[in-house]
Amino acid sequence: MKAPISWLRELANIPAEATAESIADKFTRLGLTVEHIEHVGSPVTGPLVVGRVLSRTDEPQKNGKTVHYCRVDVGDEHNDPATDEYPASRGIVCGAHNFEPGDLVVVALPGCVLPGDFAISARKTYGHLSDGMICAEDEIGLGDDHAGIMVLDHGTPGQDAIELLWTRDEVLDIDVTPDLSHCLSIRGLAREAAAAHDVSYQDRYQLPLPQPQSEGHPVELASERCAAFAAVTVEGVDPTAPSPKFIVDRLRACGVRSISLAVDVTNYVMLESGQPLHAYDADKLQGPIRVRMAEPGERLVTLDGQTRALDADDLLITDDTGPIGMAGVMGGETTEVSGTTQRIVLEAAAFDAASVSRTARRHGLLSEASKRFERKVDPALGHAAALRAAKLITQYGGGLIGPETFVGAAPARRIIKLRAGLVSQVLGTEISDSDVVRILASAGLGVTALGDSLTLEVPTWRPDLVDPYDVVEEVGSKFGYDRIGKTLPVAPTGGGRTARQAARLDVLRAVAQLGFTQTLTLPFMGDDDLARLRLGEDDDRRLPVRLASPLSDAQPYLRTSLLPGLFRAVSTNLSRSITDLALFEEGACFVDQGVPAAPRPSVAQRPSDEEIAALDASLPLQPKRLAAVVTGQWIPAGVHGAGERADWRHVVAFAEAAAKSVGVRLRRVQVDDVQPWHPGRTAELFAGDVSLGYAGELHPLVVEAFGLPPHTCAVELTLDALLDAAPGSGRIGPLRTAPVAKEDVALIVEESVAAADVEQALRDGGGELLESVHLFDVFTGEQIGAGRKSLAFALRIRSDATLTDADAAVVRQNAVAAAAERFGAVQRA
Amino acid sequence: MSGPNDNYDPKQVSALSEEAVDGFVADALAAIEAATDTGALKQARGAHMGDKSPLALANREIGALPPAARKEVGRRIGEARGRVAQAAAARQEELAAAELEASLVAERVDMTLPVELAPEGALHPVTAMIEKMTDVFVGLGYEVAEGPELETEWHNFDALNLPEDHPARGLQDTLWVEPMTDHKLLRTQTSPVQIRALLERGVPLYVISPGKVFRSDEYDATHLPVFHQLEGLVVDKGISMADLRGTLDHLAKALFGDVETRMRPHFFPFTEPSAEVDLQCFVCHGASVGNPDRPCRTCRSEGWIEWLGCGVVNPRVLQACGVDSDVYSGFAFGLGIERTIMNRNGAPDIRDFVEGDIRFSRSLLGGAR
Repeated sequence: MKAPISWLRELANIPAEATAESIADKFTRLGLTVEHIEHVGSPVTGPLVVGRVLSRTDEPQKNGKTVHYCRVDVGDEHNDPATDEYPASRGIVCGAHNFEPGDLVVVALPGCVLPGDFAISARKTYGHLSDGMICAEDEIGLGDDHAGIMVLDHGTPGQDAIELLWTRDEVLDIDVTPDLSHCLSIRGLAREAAAAHDVSYQDRYQLPLPQPQSEGHPVELASERCAAFAAVTVEGVDPTAPSPKFIVDRLRACGVRSISLAVDVTNYVMLESGQPLHAYDADKLQGPIRVRMAEPGERLVTLDGQTRALDADDLLITDDTGPIGMAGVMGGETTEVSGTTQRIVLEAAAFDAASVSRTARRHGLLSEASKRFERKVDPALGHAAALRAAKLITQYGGGLIGPETFVGAAPARRIIKLRAGLVSQVLGTEISDSDVVRILASAGLGVTALGDSLTLEVPTWRPDLVDPYDVVEEVGSKFGYDRIGKTLPVAPTGGGRTARQAARLDVLRAVAQLGFTQTLTLPFMGDDDLARLRLGEDDDRRLPVRLASPLSDAQPYLRTSLLPGLFRAVSTNLSRSITDLALFEEGACFVDQGVPAAPRPSVAQRPSDEEIAALDASLPLQPKRLAAVVTGQWIPAGVHGAGERADWRHVVAFAEAAAKSVGVRLRRVQVDDVQPWHPGRTAELFAGDVSLGYAGELHPLVVEAFGLPPHTCAVELTLDALLDAAPGSGRIGPLRTAPVAKEDVALIVEESVAAADVEQALRDGGGELLESVHLFDVFTGEQIGAGRKSLAFALRIRSDATLTDADAAVVRQNAVAAAAERFGAVQRA
Repeated sequence: MSGPNDNYDPKQVSALSEEAVDGFVADALAAIEAATDTGALKQARGAHMGDKSPLALANREIGALPPAARKEVGRRIGEARGRVAQAAAARQEELAAAELEASLVAERVDMTLPVELAPEGALHPVTAMIEKMTDVFVGLGYEVAEGPELETEWHNFDALNLPEDHPARGLQDTLWVEPMTDHKLLRTQTSPVQIRALLERGVPLYVISPGKVFRSDEYDATHLPVFHQLEGLVVDKGISMADLRGTLDHLAKALFGDVETRMRPHFFPFTEPSAEVDLQCFVCHGASVGNPDRPCRTCRSEGWIEWLGCGVVNPRVLQACGVDSDVYSGFAFGLGIERTIMNRNGAPDIRDFVEGDIRFSRSLLGGAR
């Protein structure tokens, strides 16, 4: 809402010493945030005056152009003295032709600076001293017209043209919150300003509502969505009468274009009062105005020239010809006032807020009128606003205010009972009863004290004041929140983060520590993502939740996997020539396994346990996952050597670091048919028997489809499952201090046998004396035989006492025997 | 220089003469002095102090002398050996020190060479900021409440007293799940978590709920459709606006140091009274207000930076959760994590928060600073 200071001052006796800044600060502290203060007025500085052209000498030039040497009377103060040749005046050379001697023009004198830092000075040109400039509209920043110089219809030579053409003002741009609908008007803002400056306020719109009457244009209300309708006829208006300057100036300051007197006045009164009005050409109305709901198939051409297909939920203004306006949103073309309109019917009605809101949104017509209606217009305001508009039109356009029609009822004023003490209790600071009464009375509430409670009569322009807490807010905001003290309550139970919340944080910190950088990508995906991931038909990542109005049609789903988002982040980095990447993301994925619609229990009381259970059961699965992707160099080549390429080991390390940080040792099982992974380079990750996810190289076709660098590796696991697996406790046993026996074994097995399985067999066979098993070499070659490999393990064997060679050999033999039994492992000679 | 005798020859007793012994000593000292490293010194010691060195041999010959002469000769040789040993020890120390010195010089490395044992990992600034704020509230005894990002309309709007026709429920503002008749959506705020906390935990309640929220917003330099909030909710007996002010002041000081805050009225359906809190601009400290010569980009010369929304919990919200609003009252507040970071740390383009450029997360070295 834009509020010119001059307008506020017209309606409220704001003290003269108050500045725009001080008024703005008061508004902002009331919750009417002033976004900025705009200074309107002339962009011209220096002497700009009215001049009368005394003479004009046409002087053809060699280039074919004709210039005019003019003598211009610019007033006694500025004229050169009279000479034999010329009367008192100044000589000015002008190239435009659209003026005659005797015309009033605008003259920029030397010293004047026009927009664009164009400084005017006397200069010699075409054989004359040109002592100023006769201006066109665009040259002085008044409009776009450069058709010729500006010829004025009034003014006297020497008069300050800046004063004549512009009104200086300061305009506050105020962010009005949805509750304070009365502040979508100068009237409401002036009331707040008056209260804030502790000065009186006279509401020029607070007229008593009339009794129903029907002398004016007939009106029928056929929908409950219109509570009241005032129709005031104005007759004999001069259709060519211009809008007065103060109206044009204020409309411009508020961002509204001047159109015609009738339209300008309706806009002016709307801005001033908050009541949207509409002007009909009375002679174009066919029969009574009827307010009703739209019927199937009806159409309306609105003022903006668009044909609108109407919805059965649209509230309409109609006459015998059908729809002539969308109530509270926009009028229709057929009854529009025009350059010949002499009889006008002014409409000021009370339309249902929700209905106007839906219609405006449905048709994408968020007008100044609909904006006010959807926030609730004072239902008792219409008649007074229509009368004020009628007065302004007749004042500046002639004619007479004709008969009126008023249909509908005055709304009852709401009564709120306020317990004394509630205000101080909620605000946490003592506010005296007299302060409470003073604040509420200045807001226009009727206040009656009765025992220890106040009975408050709420004015019609305050639909936001409904219950006692609303009144507390009204008092608190005007008392000033900054005057409330500060106390710091401390929770009685110091729970802090739960173990699970702490564990999640441990995971994130562990993988970041390992070298991965966290991303938080947008959690949307599309069908092409599902296809590029090569997911099978029965994969539950193919059960996405679809959005009703996705931000991008290409990504209508919520993510079922973190990988596509990470892949996009990889692409972003690559496009910026950042090629060595280790990214991770943690967050919810969404899987719609088929859940019912959500119920909407009453909010009057706590929902029942059954209702709460039904609410929860309606939500799709939202598992938290953890994923990472690596590509390029893990460690770049550098002074210490060739570096290290990022490969499958780093995503496995990621999973292991995450697991270890919460006390879980991962088990890896080789898998060969899981998407989107490489069939020979993928491991399933287990915590105990629970599968957490997969790590490995991406399938080459997936890599290609997402435009990733070859051999990109990734890991994705279900964080929830990992946190579930986190043990609550652990044990520390005695540490054996006897000397360790070291034994190496080389075992030949089929190439398909997993090293981890052989290692596990050795552990199982070696028993508790086998302290550690470390794979230190994998060898394939002719000596071993095709399709086979040799795995070399270092065993460390330790007991409570020093072991003999024979004891150690037994452990080793048992370990090897287990590997032989399970995998046919043969000791390499 | 005379070498050691190859074989013991008792006839060469002339070796015990004073001149001979002095000669041995002179030879030995010369050899010790000539040794330029500890290896050469070791060799010289072997030649002149070892078992077969002239002095050792001479020592052995003492026994062949008449008893009367033994004492004199014994003293002379002992003294000679002592002198040599002392010189060798001194030289040893000298050479070892020089060699250590040399090796330290030789072992010097450029300690400013890059060390890259792993890539530089980092938490996202949003994660770090959430945890920093969480620490502030955990210190006051609060708990952390969590809830689903895909929510029911009841939790996100109905229970929070949002009117049925409120524009926020529209497709323009909210990301609804298809079909809309299922009444499910992506939460537009973390407030539904507060509803869940009230329903599940009851009162008294001191919780914060950080998390992801969603709006049907443009994606541009200043808007994200998905961002993060941290909300707080306290419900207890006698909770007032003064408690809210004190708590937010505590948070502001923890995050921004000694900064002034301003609380002004605002509107939210779920709080009554509602307010917004501004931070005094920490760049211009208000000096840019009404001073066109010193404009401030950070606060747009307004002197204050909008920070968070808050208020006293609307009693209707408490009723919807079965809390007796005559006995209990509460306050709530909510702030944007991304905006807070932009206020503290810059980050001029909000899209950088979600695009995954690793330079963004690494800017603050993975912490909240």
